[in-house]
Amino acid sequence: MPVAAGPLKTTPLTRLFRDMGARMVPFAGWELPVQFSSVLEEHAAVRSAAGLFDVSHMGEVEVRGGAALDLVQRVTCNDASRLGSGQAQYTALTTERGTFVDDIIVYRKGERDFLLVVNAANTEKDFAWIASQARGEVDVIDASSRYAQLALQGPRAQAVLQPLVKAPLASLRSFHFVETAVAGAVCLVSRTGYTGEDGFEVYAPAAAAPDLFHALMREGKPHGLLPCGLGARDTLRLEARLALYGNDIDETTTVLEAGLDFVLKLDKGPFIGSEALAREKERGPLRRLMGFEMIDAGIPRHGFPIRLENSEAGVVTSGTFGPTVKKSIGLAYVPSRAARAGTRISVGIRGREAQAVIVPTPFYRRRS
Amino acid sequence: MSKGNGIYPEDLKYTKEHEWVAVNGNVGTVGITHYAQSELGDIVYVELPATGSPVVAGEEFGTVESVKAVSEIFAPVSGEVLEVNAGLAKNPETINKDPYGDGWLIKLKLADPKELPSLMSAADYRKYIEEEAN
Repeated sequence: MPVAAGPLKTTPLTRLFRDMGARMVPFAGWELPVQFSSVLEEHAAVRSAAGLFDVSHMGEVEVRGGAALDLVQRVTCNDASRLGSGQAQYTALTTERGTFVDDIIVYRKGERDFLLVVNAANTEKDFAWIASQARGEVDVIDASSRYAQLALQGPRAQAVLQPLVKAPLASLRSFHFVETAVAGAVCLVSRTGYTGEDGFEVYAPAAAAPDLFHALMREGKPHGLLPCGLGARDTLRLEARLALYGNDIDETTTVLEAGLDFVLKLDKGPFIGSEALAREKERGPLRRLMGFEMIDAGIPRHGFPIRLENSEAGVVTSGTFGPTVKKSIGLAYVPSRAARAGTRISVGIRGREAQAVIVPTPFYRRRS
Repeated sequence: MSKGNGIYPEDLKYTKEHEWVAVNGNVGTVGITHYAQSELGDIVYVELPATGSPVVAGEEFGTVESVKAVSEIFAPVSGEVLEVNAGLAKNPETINKDPYGDGWLIKLKLADPKELPSLMSAADYRKYIEEEAN
């Protein structure tokens, strides 16, 4: 993860978190909490009750105007024309080679009005890239500093949030959103997340974030809601096999190699990277991002070497001990011929070859 | 064996890498300090040497891993491993709960008692932590 030079950026909640005694760390140029109490407790709260994350470091790019859809269609690989107002989709900003400028969520607020939510470390790069592709009547605005974002995740998320909003949340489906008052401030509330659980992401005016955080904590207390940090966010997303930009995907990995075929819509017409991705789909990717679990003891970590049939085959892109699955798990790119469940690999852990096996993913799937 | 309450038990010797050793005759019991476990967070995996292995003062003899971080453990003193805390394989969180008691790591047959005076006392270690925090 690239670290910005100079002082760390803060979110509208950083000061509050320092006062709460959260353990703060630098992440992508931001000062963010890695844990409040314990990564394991926070992880468990999200799986069994609810957790509240400050993800205000994420970037928000507004794309508006008569040519807004054309621009979104040109820079992303999913088909934004399929979105109605109030719908969102996971997608990627792609390079000419079909690799990732970033992975993002596109919200369609209106016929000509889109909100693109991008990774914190990529905000400036993405904004410049999207703006450079603008043609015709379209405004591209980096609105990141105007937004705070809170992620409320877990099976009790709806019960926690409902008393604070008028809109009926039970009818808000996955990857849909509403603009509604939450604890007094107009917010965008979407049924999305990065944990593998049901939940919401609330985009609020930056100044409203502290009141919103307190209101959610108060409502959540009887449900077992815990404030959560980056540590739990990482273990939760990895169990759900959600990719992390900078670890699992970047400008050297393609959408197909990453196994994100479901966000690739080659039939929507040409976009940046469509030719390369069409060719790659035709011949098949040379390697694939696969999940594995350890057979031998040890925890795989980012950058550890992977061996297949006694030769070097890549590196671990993400690895951890999965608190819910209670196994050491990881992701790695492996040659396509070996990319299937049951293939044995080994992971070099501090000079020792530890056996692992490729498994189906996600490692964790919630019971719905 | 020291009591698990208290953050800097008086009867232990400490290292700058946040290990402790309790000496009883020619046997030293080694663990990581309250500060070390608190900095690491939830411990989920421990790698320790086999019984009979030699360890050398100041050199790495194992690792402790939390969800997020890997930390090498250095030997406060030299010796031969007499016993390994087998319970940690299944319950590594014992180190978080009781770092000076049930969370001990290994017992050593001390090779050289002259190494002991170079280690920190509880008062020295407390001072060291307070300085490191600032």
